[in-house]
Amino acid sequence: MAIGLHDSTISNPVIRWVDQRLPIFTMMQKEYGTFPTPRNFNYFWNFGALAMVTLMIMIATGIFLAMNYTPHTSYAFDSVERIMRDVNYGWLIRYVHMNGASMFFIVVYIHIWRGLYYGSYKAPRELLWILGVVIFLLMMATAFMGYVLPWGQMSFWGATVITNLFSAFPIVGEHIVTWLWGGFSVDNPTLNRFFSLHYLMPFVIAGVVFLHVAALHITGSNNPLGIDPKGPQDTLPFHPYYTAKDSVGLVVYFIVFAFLVFFTPNMLGHPDNYIPANPLVTPAHIVPEWYFLPFYAVLRAVPDKLGGVLLMFGSIAVLFILPWLDTSPVRSMRFRPIAKWALFLWGIAFVVLGWAGGKPAEQPYVLISQIATAYYFAYFLIILPLLGRLERPLALPESIALPVLRGGGPLPAGAMAKPMEKA
Amino acid sequence: MAETMAPAKAAHGAEGSGETRRDFLMLTTGAFAAVGVGVVVWPFIHSMNPARDVLALSSTEVDLAPIAAGQAVTVMWRGKPVFVRNRTAEEVQAARATPLSELKDPAPDQGRVQRDQWLVVVGVCTHLGCVPLGQKSSDPRGDYNGWFCPCHGSHYDTSGRIRKGPAPTNLAVPEYSFTSPTQIRIG
Repeated sequence: MAIGLHDSTISNPVIRWVDQRLPIFTMMQKEYGTFPTPRNFNYFWNFGALAMVTLMIMIATGIFLAMNYTPHTSYAFDSVERIMRDVNYGWLIRYVHMNGASMFFIVVYIHIWRGLYYGSYKAPRELLWILGVVIFLLMMATAFMGYVLPWGQMSFWGATVITNLFSAFPIVGEHIVTWLWGGFSVDNPTLNRFFSLHYLMPFVIAGVVFLHVAALHITGSNNPLGIDPKGPQDTLPFHPYYTAKDSVGLVVYFIVFAFLVFFTPNMLGHPDNYIPANPLVTPAHIVPEWYFLPFYAVLRAVPDKLGGVLLMFGSIAVLFILPWLDTSPVRSMRFRPIAKWALFLWGIAFVVLGWAGGKPAEQPYVLISQIATAYYFAYFLIILPLLGRLERPLALPESIALPVLRGGGPLPAGAMAKPMEKA
Repeated sequence: MAETMAPAKAAHGAEGSGETRRDFLMLTTGAFAAVGVGVVVWPFIHSMNPARDVLALSSTEVDLAPIAAGQAVTVMWRGKPVFVRNRTAEEVQAARATPLSELKDPAPDQGRVQRDQWLVVVGVCTHLGCVPLGQKSSDPRGDYNGWFCPCHGSHYDTSGRIRKGPAPTNLAVPEYSFTSPTQIRIG
C-alpha cells in the first residue's frame, strides 16, 4: 500500500480506490454500520433520526417552494395561492412543508422529553445537550420567519408582535425593533430579510446537527437505564439493529404525517392566515403557531412587559444550564422515584401552558399560566438541585445486559433468539 | 455480535443454497422502495413543469383586420415574438417560385401557410435565438426580402425559410387556427 493512502477494508475496487483517498465509506461503516449502540433502546430513541428526516424533508420542500414564491408584500400572498392552485403538486409541496414544521416540533419535543426523562443531558453529554438547545432555538427562529412569508393576517401580526418583544428592552429596544424591521413597521424590507434568513437558517441547523451527531458519536448514546455500556455484551451494531428499529418508527411517523397532509392539512394552522395581510386591521384573536404556545403563555403570565419577555427567553435559557442544575448522578428517571413524578408534573405544566397560551389573555387562563410557569421554573431551579441531595435513588442494575440476559456473559446456545426480541 | 447473528444465518441457509427467501424479500423490498421513491420524487419534478396559469396564457388571439397588405405585426406568444405578415401577391409569388432544391431546409410555401397571404412564424432565429429584423418597413429584410438576423447574418425569405447564413432550419410555424376570416388564435 502506498504511503499516504488510507488502509481501506472495502473490497469493491472502485469504492476502495475512493476510500483509500477519502475514507468516507470507512467512516460511514464505523459511525453508522458497526457503531456500538446500547442494546436496550426503546422507541423514544427513534426521534433523533426522525428529526433528521424532517429536516431533510423541510429543506427539500422549501427549495421547491422558493422556486415559486415571491418575497414582496404585493405578490407574496398571491404567489402562495398560485402555488396552491396552479403549480403542479404545489398544494402537496406546501402542505408537506407547512405540516412538516408541526411534525418537526412534535418530533423535537418528544426528543427533548426523552433527554429530560432519561437524563441524556448529564455528564458526559452536556455539550451534546447544549447543541441540541441551540438547534431548538434556531428551529424556533426559522419557523417564526417561515410563518411570516405567506403574508396573511397571522403572518403580519405575528411578525409585529414577536418583533415588538424586543421593544421591551430599555433604551436600545426601539432601535433594535427598527433595525429588525428595516423601517417603521413590518413591511417589505422585513419580508425580504425574513425570506433570506428563512432560506439560510436550515443550513445553519444542518451544520449544528452535524456537530450534535459528532458529539454524540464521541460520548455514545445514553439508554433507558442511564448506565454506561460495560462491554460488547451491552451493545449492538447500529446496522442492522437500529436502522431497522428507526425504520419502524419512520413508517409510523409517515402515517401521522400523511394523515395531516392529506386529511387535515389546515388543522394545525389558523384560518386567519388565509386573509391577506392588512396593516390597518388586527385580527380579534392573535395566537402564534401551536408549537410556540407554551412560551407565549409564559410571556403573558407576567403583567410586566420586560419581565414577560425576560421570563420567556429564560424558559429556554434555563435549558442551557440544566446539566449543572440537576445535581443527581443518576441519569434515568426509572431509578429516581421522586424526580420522576416531579418531571411528569413538569410535562403536565408544559402542556397546560400550551393550552393556556391559545386562550384569550384573561382570567382564569392568566392565573393558570402563572401557576404553570412557576412550576416550570421551580422544577429546574429548585426541585432538581435539591432532589440530587435529598432523594434516595433505586439501585442501578450492574449492566445493561444483565437484567435481560441473566448472567451477562456468553449465552447458552438455546437462548439465542428469544432474549434479542425483548431487548 | 457475530455469534448472536450466526443462528439466523444458519436457519436461512438450511432452505438451500442460491435463491433464498431473504433474496426474494430483498428484491421485493427494493422494488417497492424504488416505486416509492419515484412516487415521492415525481411531484417535485412535475412542480417545475409549466403551471396551470402558465398554460392558461399559452394561446394568443390576433386581430388581422388592421394589418394592410405588405405590413406585419409582432405579437407575444408564450414569451416569444410571433411574426404575422400580410404578404403581397408578389411576395407570395416569390416564395412559391423558388425551387425546393435551392432551399437549405426544403419546405413548400403552401405547407407553411393556411391562407396564402397570411404568414405566421415564430420570430426566433433558429440559429441561436435572436429576433430577426424585417417587421418594420425600415428594417433590413435581407437578400430575400423576408427577415435578416443581425446576430450572425441569417437571411430568411418571404416564407420565413432560411436561405443564407448559419441558421439550420426555417422559422418555425406555430400551431394556429383561423377563428374568423380576420382573427387567428395562436397556440
